[in-house]
Amino acid sequence: MDWQGQKLAEHLLQILLIAFAITAFIVGYSLASFQLMLAVFAGGVVLTSLVIIPNWPWFNKHPLKWLDSSEAEKYPKPVKEKEKEAGGGAKKKGEKR
Amino acid sequence: MHWFGYRANALLTLSVTILAIICGIASFSDTFNSPLPTASIQVLNVNRFQKLSNGDDEVSLTLNITADLQSLFTWNTKQVFVFVAAEYETSKNSLNQVSLWDGIIPSQEHAKFWIRATNKYRFTDQGSNLRGKEFNLTLHWHVMPKTGKMIADKIVMTGYALPQEYR
Repeated sequence: MDWQGQKLAEHLLQILLIAFAITAFIVGYSLASFQLMLAVFAGGVVLTSLVIIPNWPWFNKHPLKWLDSSEAEKYPKPVKEKEKEAGGGAKKKGEKR
Repeated sequence: MHWFGYRANALLTLSVTILAIICGIASFSDTFNSPLPTASIQVLNVNRFQKLSNGDDEVSLTLNITADLQSLFTWNTKQVFVFVAAEYETSKNSLNQVSLWDGIIPSQEHAKFWIRATNKYRFTDQGSNLRGKEFNLTLHWHVMPKTGKMIADKIVMTGYALPQEYR
């Protein structure tokens, strides 16, 4: 998933769960059935999990733009020259004294 | 949220938290219920009234219990536990409460009832004080919710008395 997709997933999670909770309470209270309230909410949890957990394509609409490999080759990684200089400096000092 | 496991974890914790909140609201909705229960009890017969070998008095009664507890039930009620207690005063104890009969009412349909029964549990005194004793019969109930706080209340009925002599 990309960044926009993750944001969408989180928003969908919160909105869907709260909407199902409110619906479940209203249905349960008006029909005077506690069991029905729990059933509606459980159904809502299952539906929400189907919407946000799998890696659906709509979560990948803004893919990250990685650099091309040709760009990376133009700026090669610096070699570790510090070790070479340190070794050479110590040798020089030793010889002078 | 990049890995499905994180999303599954967030879903699980948020849904359980929201479930707790709606159960709390359901329990709170019980406060809007104003119940009007009624009850009456008659002592039909004093079957036995004797002094036991250890010196305590014992009575056996046949009771006729009529009650309408339908208004106690809400959508959040699992069952109502109801019991009848005899209450009286002696020189030794300022209040004696003896449970005579109890029952469980599982639903609103069963809450309006009429029952004729002898006392389920023995009506025994701590001592020999029951001859001619005046006592109250109290119908207690405990409303047990599906979620939330249990509520207990009672109706006190006065004016009952035991015979002066053993039978």
